[in-house]
Amino acid sequence: MTVPLGATLAAHRDAGRKLFIPYVMAGSTPTWLDAVEALIAAGADAVEVGLPFSDPIIDGPTIQAAATIALHAGTTFDGVVAALSTRRLGVPLIAMTYANVVLSRGYDLAAHLLFGAGCSGAIIADLSLEELDDWHDAADTHGIETVLLAAPSTPPVRLDAICARAQGFLYAVGRMATTGETASLDPRGIELVRALRPRTSLPICLGIGISSPAQAAEACAVADGVVVGSAIVRRMLEGESPEALGAFAGSLREGLDAQ
Amino acid sequence: MLEPSPTGRFGEFGGTFVPEVLVPACHELDAAFRDAWGDPSFHEAYLGVLTEFGGRPTPITHCERLSSDLGVRVLLKREDLLHTGSHKLNNVVGQGLLTKRMGKRRLIAETGAGQHGVATATAAALLGLECTVFMGEVDTQRQELNVFRMELLGATVVTVTSGSRTLKDAVNEAMREWVTCVDDTHYCLGSVMGPHPFPWMVREFQRVIGDESRRQLAERGLPVPDVVVACVGGGSNAIGLFSGFVDTDARLVGVEARGGAAIGAGRPGVLHGMRSQLLQDDVGQILEAHSISAGLDYPGIGPEHAHLAATGRAEYPSADDDEVLDAVGLLARTEGIIAALESAHAVAWLLREAGRSIPLGATVLLGLSGRGDKDMAHVAALLATRR
Repeated sequence: MTVPLGATLAAHRDAGRKLFIPYVMAGSTPTWLDAVEALIAAGADAVEVGLPFSDPIIDGPTIQAAATIALHAGTTFDGVVAALSTRRLGVPLIAMTYANVVLSRGYDLAAHLLFGAGCSGAIIADLSLEELDDWHDAADTHGIETVLLAAPSTPPVRLDAICARAQGFLYAVGRMATTGETASLDPRGIELVRALRPRTSLPICLGIGISSPAQAAEACAVADGVVVGSAIVRRMLEGESPEALGAFAGSLREGLDAQ
Repeated sequence: MLEPSPTGRFGEFGGTFVPEVLVPACHELDAAFRDAWGDPSFHEAYLGVLTEFGGRPTPITHCERLSSDLGVRVLLKREDLLHTGSHKLNNVVGQGLLTKRMGKRRLIAETGAGQHGVATATAAALLGLECTVFMGEVDTQRQELNVFRMELLGATVVTVTSGSRTLKDAVNEAMREWVTCVDDTHYCLGSVMGPHPFPWMVREFQRVIGDESRRQLAERGLPVPDVVVACVGGGSNAIGLFSGFVDTDARLVGVEARGGAAIGAGRPGVLHGMRSQLLQDDVGQILEAHSISAGLDYPGIGPEHAHLAATGRAEYPSADDDEVLDAVGLLARTEGIIAALESAHAVAWLLREAGRSIPLGATVLLGLSGRGDKDMAHVAALLATRR
């Protein structure tokens, strides 16, 4: 059962709950699906599932390493779709990948397969607004909501254009950097959330560089939720069990609930 | 040559396939380049540096002995004689001046063979800019001398250990760095690839090769050549040379490395900000290219080349490593010119096709994009294994 993304997240937000969206690279450990279940059990409102690409230009060392491991382990688009189809996860899944992975499958077929596997959202990291149309049309047809990113460098008029097309939630890029853990939040990310607020009714989640419960809580003083990637992927690559990962996710959930 | 569409398309190829964090920087660059390229004083400064510092115009050399052996008239456009030893200087002088005009203080670049890295470090030194060059670990080993040259010129060389540790990964790393410093840093991309406006802008900075050749031939009373040929990795020297002849009947030939033949063995896909022909597996993962020449070790090709191939205006055969080694030796012994391994791909194609698809008596203009000094240790080792 595929759970709609935007409606689910908006309902949680409207009920006063801060949104927690962790990221897992599919195929990066043998127990990655168990990790997804553990994150959901710990209170994830949706889960981003990374489909590995050989040349992830917006990813830092941790997620690059996860992609390399996943590809060496033989992870493919069809393999991830098949694996996801074996579980009933009960929360919206968001496929996150790069254009060539879905282009290679064909946008239309890729969107169809992802929806069938439980994904109601997608983030295609290197599809700029300018190149979005073909994918967006295919995704719309098959019930996939296309999540768009806005960056601290995005000028106001472009923020309007992004908000006009975004679905699911607004992904506010927290810093001018590739994905990775950081010691402190960048004020430019917080400013970006404030700039987005009057432009959209969608939930706004801050991502890139959020790695601790305290940072998650700090982000949610202005944002509706957080995306946490490298801090989770690193723990998985270090061999943490799904249970231990669930405990870390639980601490993030508590940080958000205390907000 | 073709103007790309406003979104940077050459037919179905090109575009701006980059994460949102980089889109504003691409737009800023597009606006800055359009403004500069429409400004006569910018052209004056650009051509001034290429003349007084770079050594333009580069000569066209008639290869008398080789022509006599092959039965076709062989003319070489001698970019190997440009300062720093290859055509790369044309592009970095343009982008370096543009960087200053945009008020940025630092250049970053990727490099494969090291020629673009050396050229960028040179332009940075000349113009008073900081410079960081990303180079795959495999390439820093096979082009050790160029690493030293870059450092001597004041650049910082960052060894890239991700992925295939060659040019493709150096591009990834340079783009990742650019994300963090777009405010004060320009990414000086080395070929006609990447997101718009790079493929178009770099072509405009390299078209001096073709425009100058056309003028030089006319001045010598020579007709438009029957064949215009150059090697192609990303394809900047080839597109620069083709620019002078695309409106003629000349046969345009870009020679790919056999193990990096994006047009010969690839299919359309998206990499490094562009839609183009790419070497990839059936599920869209990019494959590693393999070539004797670090500069052609790239799984993609500039989108305008993909378009010229799709429309049939240019053709893209390949040459293998053995043919290329033979070509280096033959050109050296016959004409006294040691070509870069990259450029020798075009020579290898000429040697193979003269008297076949190139009719006897035809005139061939060959873009000799770089000199071979950088390759000597590598070539010596390869020749030793042959004995």
